Amino acid sequence: MKKIVLLIALTLAVTACKKDDNGGNVINEVTVDLIFSHDWDGSAITNADFDQIQYTNAHGEELSISKLVYLISDVTFTNTAGDKFDAGDFNLINVRNNSNLTFTPGIEIPEGDYTVTFTFGFDDEDNIDQAYPELNSADGGWNVPAPLGGGYHYMRLEGKYIDSNSDEVGYQYHTIRANDMSTNPVTLQDTSFEVNLGQVTIGSNTTIEVKMNVAEWFKNPNLWDLNVLFSTLMPNFDAQIMMSENGMTVFSRGAVTQQ
Amino acid sequence: MILVFVAGLCYSCVTDNDDNGYVATPFTLEVPQVFAERILPPVIPEDNPLTVEGIALGKKLFFDPSLSADGTQACADCHRPENAFSDARQFSIGIDGSVGTRNSMPLFNMAWNYNEEFFWDGRAQSLEEQIFEPVTNPIEMKNTWPNVENTLRASDTYPALFEQAFGTTTIDSVRVSRAIAQFLRTLVSANSKFDRFLLGQEELTPSEENGLAVFLDESRGDCFHCHGLPANPLWTDNIFHNNGLDETFSDRGRGGFTGDPREFGWFKSGSLRNLAYTAPYMHDGRFTTLDEVIDHYSEGLVFSETIDPLMKKVAEGGVQLSDQDKADLKAFLLSLSDPSFINNPNFQQ
Ligand code: HEC
Ligand code: HEC
Repeated sequence: MKKIVLLIALTLAVTACKKDDNGGNVINEVTVDLIFSHDWDGSAITNADFDQIQYTNAHGEELSISKLVYLISDVTFTNTAGDKFDAGDFNLINVRNNSNLTFTPGIEIPEGDYTVTFTFGFDDEDNIDQAYPELNSADGGWNVPAPLGGGYHYMRLEGKYIDSNSDEVGYQYHTIRANDMSTNPVTLQDTSFEVNLGQVTIGSNTTIEVKMNVAEWFKNPNLWDLNVLFSTLMPNFDAQIMMSENGMTVFSRGAVTQQ
Repeated sequence: MILVFVAGLCYSCVTDNDDNGYVATPFTLEVPQVFAERILPPVIPEDNPLTVEGIALGKKLFFDPSLSADGTQACADCHRPENAFSDARQFSIGIDGSVGTRNSMPLFNMAWNYNEEFFWDGRAQSLEEQIFEPVTNPIEMKNTWPNVENTLRASDTYPALFEQAFGTTTIDSVRVSRAIAQFLRTLVSANSKFDRFLLGQEELTPSEENGLAVFLDESRGDCFHCHGLPANPLWTDNIFHNNGLDETFSDRGRGGFTGDPREFGWFKSGSLRNLAYTAPYMHDGRFTTLDEVIDHYSEGLVFSETIDPLMKKVAEGGVQLSDQDKADLKAFLLSLSDPSFINNPNFQQ
């Protein structure tokens, strides 16, 4: 907490200096808030919805969600001239705990029209083993073990589903960089992907809602059969590719507000 | 400009010590290299910075039975240095012979518990707050705070020690808790064989190496999702889970504190450091050996509604580790024990 306060203080100090340098120039540089919201085919997912077997995936399994934590990075604002603004930072969202549902990328940009994109997970450039103390310290270590190629988890989605014997069985839908341990060295394939939120007009107080439809992870293009793919997905190269493909339709832009 | 700002912040932290402007000798907690290179810095509250005098006072209080109603029980009686500040008894016994229902907890690396949720169920939100409990708990030290304060005020030594630590001879419960919390934050353990392996100073045996592989393998141990991994050498997530011990709960754990039925039977994942000294295991000390713990995860899991989804093959009791994998997992776990911690002269009475 002290660290956060210090950071804010430093940011303020730096900002103040920047404005001084401009000699009172009127170009308004602003930050942008992203708000992450989550639903299952349109029905909102909040804390009370966790641990309830109340969803049915596209393949027909009934399931609950008990954990939904995921990483996004490199929120990038590209203006109409093609210039990119990117703080290069990341945000780890824990839906059940309501933590980091609002994220303000650490960059100020001039007001105007931008195409807004971000990366789900870390691309290979950022997915550096043990490089981020904040993530090493989160959730017992947000890391991927070295034998699986290291780096970081992108998402931990967990819960229970009703299997063909009508038993409640845990599933762990963990997305990471695809890895094949049968080769030496491990074969790795970047399965992070870019999410494009389209063009947004950024004003002095803009908030962009980013929606995740969790049902999409199980739907499209790969119809997900939890009876087969419910566990030990981290070392499953093909499953990681399929999860990444399904992820591409998970996010969409929600409300944009200027207040 | 930035420098002035930072200096200003630091200055205000130090003088925040107590309201009278007195400043004891600041103490900088040495962050072990294995932590410094990987995880976030320790959490030291701004209103209770570490000082040499505060830590010394806290240590004296921790080992002093006069905190209990009849002067017979110190914190250290249930938190013994040789047991990594845990209790070898399944349940600790209070001053009047009352037997508790939970196993005492080991005490180390608590400044790195970033969520600051203490006890098996996380009901204390800071170490300072935690300390208020055992002193007045009827099945533990069974004292009252006015009585503690009177005892300490009447002593020959304490008023001077409080003055050195806090700049005042006024003794109250808040300062007692602050001093003990300071001492507890200095209990750092980061010198196990595995730590030295991480620093490149020692090799693992083939058995320990395979044990680590089992620990990290989703299809075998998969312990790392709750108990950390080399990138997080605390070896705990400090989060609450149901790890499949019981079908019904006589102790509701986290759910008993929060009232949320979804959290019944959740307990804090213990750190896997210093297991060589902290038997028996689990919140109720039901397992006397590490073999029993490993057998539990391998074939003893039982289903209940709140069981964590990470517990696999529950219908078959678990993932059925081979005898070799079990032995190697145990060897790896024991490489996380740190003899220099339990023998550290700074932590002995
Ligand atoms: C009678 C035995 C007993 C005494 C005396 C006792 N404790 Fe404990 N301690 C326990 C038990 C049992 C627990 C776990 C209780 C629970 O979870 O409800 C515990 C838990 C703790 C924890 C939580 C650790 C964590 O990681 O969450 C701390 C800190 C602690 N004790 C410090 C102290 C201090 C300081 C004193 C003296 C003021 C003290 N204890 C006296 C038995 C005792
Ligand atoms: C779902 C999270 C989770 C996973 C996965 C997990 N544990 Fe645990 N572990 C816990 C929790 C929670 C406790 C405390 C439970 C209690 O006391 O009721 C615990 C307790 C322990 C303890 C006792 C600690 C003490 O001080 O009493 C040991 C040892 C242990 N686990 C080892 C392992 C090993 C080895 C594995 C892998 C085979 C493993 N755990 C997997 C959550 C987990």
